[in-house]
Amino acid sequence: MAGKTLFDKVWDDHIVDTVANGPQILYIDKHLIHEVTSPQAFAELEERGIPVARPDQIVATADHNTPTVDQHLPIQDTLSRNQLKKLTENCEKHGITLYGLGHEYNGIVHVIAPELGVTQPGMTMVCGDSHTSTHGAFGTIAFGIGTSQVAQVFASQCLLLTKPKKLRVSVNGELKKGVLPKDVILYIISQIGTNAGTGYFCEYAGNVFEDMSMEGRMTVCNMSIEMGARGGMIAPDETTFSYIEGRKFAPKAAEWDQKVAYWKTLPTDADAKFDKEYHFDAADIAPMVTYGTNPGMGIKVSGRIPDKEDENLEKSLEYMGFQKGESLIGKTINYVFIGSCTNSRIEDFRIAANYVKGKQKAAHVNAWLVPGSQQVAKQLVEEGLDHVFIEAGFALRQPGCSACLAMNDDKIPRGEYCVSTSNRNFEGRQGQGARTILASPLMAAATAVEGKIIDITKSLN
Amino acid sequence: MEKFTKLTETAVPLPVENIDTDQIIPARFLKATDKKGFGDNVFRDWRFNKDGSKNADFVLNNDAYSGPILVAGDNFGCGSSREHAAWALAGYGFKVVVSSFFADIFKGNALNNGILPVMVTSDYLKSLLKTIKENPKTKVTIDLEEQVIDSEVGQQSFDIDPYKKVCMINGYDDIDYLLSKKETIETFEKERKIAV
Repeated sequence: MAGKTLFDKVWDDHIVDTVANGPQILYIDKHLIHEVTSPQAFAELEERGIPVARPDQIVATADHNTPTVDQHLPIQDTLSRNQLKKLTENCEKHGITLYGLGHEYNGIVHVIAPELGVTQPGMTMVCGDSHTSTHGAFGTIAFGIGTSQVAQVFASQCLLLTKPKKLRVSVNGELKKGVLPKDVILYIISQIGTNAGTGYFCEYAGNVFEDMSMEGRMTVCNMSIEMGARGGMIAPDETTFSYIEGRKFAPKAAEWDQKVAYWKTLPTDADAKFDKEYHFDAADIAPMVTYGTNPGMGIKVSGRIPDKEDENLEKSLEYMGFQKGESLIGKTINYVFIGSCTNSRIEDFRIAANYVKGKQKAAHVNAWLVPGSQQVAKQLVEEGLDHVFIEAGFALRQPGCSACLAMNDDKIPRGEYCVSTSNRNFEGRQGQGARTILASPLMAAATAVEGKIIDITKSLN
Repeated sequence: MEKFTKLTETAVPLPVENIDTDQIIPARFLKATDKKGFGDNVFRDWRFNKDGSKNADFVLNNDAYSGPILVAGDNFGCGSSREHAAWALAGYGFKVVVSSFFADIFKGNALNNGILPVMVTSDYLKSLLKTIKENPKTKVTIDLEEQVIDSEVGQQSFDIDPYKKVCMINGYDDIDYLLSKKETIETFEKERKIAV
């Protein structure tokens, strides 16, 4: 019998039953919820008069629709306030743990679950949010679901699913100076496109991912959905175990040893087969920027926008105000956003602070820093990074999804460019008419200081 | 969920690739706690100009084109998992989306809301878009039982998960099925080697 992949092992361990000529019933270990995609699911249960099956396997937070200033004050926007109130009521009614606004564990759902040790290898995890793929960094099957599926998990702790195909993306070699995990994933998506992963679950393999921190792995897995893959996974190893050990919900004592022994059985067998494979050389990757309106439209910062006949490219460039064949170096930028479930962890702020230290942001730049969680915000202060940023003129805000999707007041004005560490450069994503350029925290920090896009590799040598 | 078997109707052409769910329903409209009213804001920022007036160039504002079938470019529904996108399309009156490729999460959300995603070949899509654009009265037939799309461009079969097909035809949903498996699920929980 052929060997199994990491994905096979975790998936097969969670099959409850198989419908004849149909999908499988997959058991879900952890269900994360937030205010935006859960209210209609709770309403669905109420209409049918059924209870939440396993409230103790659900963790709730408020993140998408929360303000990032004055969180202690009542929320101004009536609809937002109502949505958060609804979440609180629903959690109280069904006995679900909620880390609401102001709680010491509050933050972006994909930042808090790993930092609390909720996310563990070998689990199945879901959330009504496509960036649930983030948790795959731990060797977890984690994926985004729609609200109907949120209701299904509430009702049964299971989902009806057809097993996706298997994709492996391998990157080996040595990364150049200034190339961060964000650049690696933006590079991969720029090479294979935004739908190469559709229908697949992806495993990232190779020494580049093995050498990454958990924060870096989360950045990579986070953006799996941007190439269409429902999720992305990285085999658990010592880096994974030492990240989890000692965290609030991490297994303790004998249970820890038992779990680690199990986790060590999860990596893909040497003779396992994938349905599709891609290989990349780390040396080919450079700091990346996007020029268009989907995450696949990325180039090396030293590169040029493609010059080809293509209606979709033209539509994108018209929106972005760029020309074919142009370089982005030297473009004046008025907004910089460091945050989102992609890049708002402590390591991201350390990288930005390291560049910013002793410098000043350019006078015309609005630089917003939004930590992923209260815990990250606390750590920023403990490490003194808050001083570095504040002295440099950056605005340090409170945790939340913020300008990644501009559901709250953190919007980029029409026509303005924003160099953003978030995950999507769709039209209007950061505000109506806003123009997003996706990049790493290092590129974002450098843009804030210089007031324009620079080739970071030149200033690092 | 409403039952779906077969329909023959006119269609709306939207030849844009990679239409993401942020375009279908922008995030600022996700603050509701029920499923109503999303249809009013479907493709909001394409339908309306900066000053709030209707964008005459956008197909939904062109009276010549109407019908419950949306024919759209490749990789429809990519991006966010928001089911609000499916509610917005259904609320506006769409029952079918035809494209050469669908993003996974959107496809599932559509099926869970009685919208049928019909995947055709790139060539078929191209011809269909052209035909409808030239003649807005073009009728398209979608037969779910036979899994066939038929129009003057020709006939083509499409795939659908057999279980989802039964659900669509009968108006069933997954919750009913999962609840019927309660005992099996509980047995699985008890017998697991590694409990969580």
